[in-house]
Amino acid sequence: MSSAIEGTGLSTDARSDDDAGPVDFDHAATTRVRPEVVAAMAPFHDDRYGNPSGSHLVARDAVRAVDEAREQIAGIVGCEPGEVIFTSGGTEADNHAITGGLPPRAGIPVCSAVEHHAVLDVVEALGGTVVGVDRLGRLDLADLAVKLEELDGQVAVVSAMLVNNEVGTINDLSAVATVVSGFTSVAAGGKGRIPLHTDAVQGAAWLDLRSTTREADLISLSAHKLGGPKGMGALIARNSAPVRAMILGGGQERERRSGTPNVAGIVGFAVALGLVDAERVETTARVARLRDRLLNGLVERVPGLVPTVDGTVGVAGSCHVCVEGADSESLLLLLEMGGVVASAGSSCASGARETSHVLKAIGVPDDLARGAIRFSLGVDTTDADVDRVLAVLPDAVERVREFGL
Amino acid sequence: MKLWGGESDSGCCSVSDVEDARRSAAQLGVDHHVFNFGEEFEEYVVAPYVADHAQGRTPNPCVECNRHLKFDVLLRRAELLGFDAVATGHHARIVELPDGTRRIGRGADSAKDQSYVLYPLTAAELQRVVFPIGDMTKDTVRELAAGLGLRTASKPDSQDVCFITKTNGRADFLAARTELHPGRIIDESGKDLGTVQAVELVTVGQRRGLNLAGGTGRRFVTDVDVDAATVTVGPPQRLLRDSLVLDDVVWADGPVEGFVRAQTSAHGKAMDATLGVAGEGSVTVTWSEPRRRVARGQSVVLYQRVETLEGEDEVVIGGGLAR
Repeated sequence: MSSAIEGTGLSTDARSDDDAGPVDFDHAATTRVRPEVVAAMAPFHDDRYGNPSGSHLVARDAVRAVDEAREQIAGIVGCEPGEVIFTSGGTEADNHAITGGLPPRAGIPVCSAVEHHAVLDVVEALGGTVVGVDRLGRLDLADLAVKLEELDGQVAVVSAMLVNNEVGTINDLSAVATVVSGFTSVAAGGKGRIPLHTDAVQGAAWLDLRSTTREADLISLSAHKLGGPKGMGALIARNSAPVRAMILGGGQERERRSGTPNVAGIVGFAVALGLVDAERVETTARVARLRDRLLNGLVERVPGLVPTVDGTVGVAGSCHVCVEGADSESLLLLLEMGGVVASAGSSCASGARETSHVLKAIGVPDDLARGAIRFSLGVDTTDADVDRVLAVLPDAVERVREFGL
Repeated sequence: MKLWGGESDSGCCSVSDVEDARRSAAQLGVDHHVFNFGEEFEEYVVAPYVADHAQGRTPNPCVECNRHLKFDVLLRRAELLGFDAVATGHHARIVELPDGTRRIGRGADSAKDQSYVLYPLTAAELQRVVFPIGDMTKDTVRELAAGLGLRTASKPDSQDVCFITKTNGRADFLAARTELHPGRIIDESGKDLGTVQAVELVTVGQRRGLNLAGGTGRRFVTDVDVDAATVTVGPPQRLLRDSLVLDDVVWADGPVEGFVRAQTSAHGKAMDATLGVAGEGSVTVTWSEPRRRVARGQSVVLYQRVETLEGEDEVVIGGGLAR
């Protein structure tokens, strides 16, 4: 795109200081793998290449690495090591949690309207029920109670994400659990406890899981959202809500998830989560300050730009805005040409943008949703990065509005 | 451009088609982006296509896509991003006139000529458009593509309407979006000859698919009346007209009168005619010899031989919709 930049009046020296490419404001999509994680994983692509499913010397070394990683993750999440099931990522964990394995749990699954498709689509495929959310994206507890009342004795599972991937809102799972506990599942002849699942894929990067997911029976986690490798995640399935296998074969993960463990990925995942946990307080404070400067700066400089949700209800890295009278696809292209990458929603398969079901569910009017941009900050976001956005977006908005696009 | 999110087997809009484009672009060293203009496509191409059929008109969605999407929205997006021009793979040429203005000329491969569907482009838009393969035959294009190792070199031509699948067809597509009504088939005297399942799917000039009872000689649809739900058939002579009126006329560079050649379908022959004024935005096309009636709403494109920088050439001077 560089040759086109001259015509727009945008600067061609659109690179960040270290010239490593555009400034990343799409951390919610994925994060750079931390150097410590890369280093920790390397031996498992080298001398320590064993398959933990074996019993000889080479295998036992790999088993030990996996055991240690599992323990470390369990400690951070606040669960037993045996409750950690390693998966290929957050999507698999969500699928496994909602179905409960093969065959799927009896009963009707229930989830919020703003869940990621890896939960929503599974719930819909199983003929489940969707519960409304408030203007901030939090599960509407009154609507939840009404729906659980209607389905009392028939529910399979209730799912509410810890943090929404688009607008960053945090759900109070303790409040959700209180409502859920008043109703019964289809299990035990319609008198069983309803398991509570939470998709903590975004939340794990920002919140203390021990305290915020204490009431959840099932938790989905993903490594690449917090400085770990892609293709790696976990389903925490507490003993209170055991699952069957969804993927069968060699019987790994205590017969709950077959397949040769991704040893390097598991080790990397544990290291990444460990770093996040150790640095959380400092990171959150630092990033929140950057986010606030970004948001306030944008509101000041761009007429007709509004924060999509109240800034105080979301995680530190989340900065979702709507720009009136401008198409977000055009804005994102101009941002990219100005050396900033961000997104308009969740990153999905076809590369085509879909109107966000999240924004619809929280009641953002269509014409405002048209100009939705998600800036998501991360551990390596700097003040210079924020300056870059503040320098580029105002002109980009003006230009897009001029063109009526 | 991502225009259509529904089923697609035309070779244009499915995820695998996007992958083909993306891979070809990567091989050619070109940045690949997906621009989502689905809403505009629905508003300017699909919805009018349905509405036209409901009114017994015969739209050409490819013309509307060119008019509103490719050479309006896309051109504006390109300008927004600072690009100098938009290039498309149409088999057509940009012809330069001595006064510096541009016109659309026919593609070198006459069997593939697409100048017809490009008639809505104005001279101003033509300043920012490029047709790189207009000088080549389709065979040459495929040879070059194969030479570059592009996987699309042997991909079948994308034909027909891009949002209608071969499997379900036009009838299913329209039935899902509007009411289709059965109708009577009658002859000129009003005698019943049969029925059609959907009067909205019948076009003037059509011969096949009518299942007519008895009778001798070839019979064609000479008139379709959606309101009365009747289709009139008759011998081919009944289709002949001396002239027709075009509405919503657009000109390449200002109104033209006098002798032209008019083409009434994408790959039909252009035929001699003279133009006359017929009111604001309309023209009369008077055929040199009687020609078959053109269905309402069908695009008719006007050509003239003009002097160009290279000599002389037949170029598009305008077009409109048959009344």
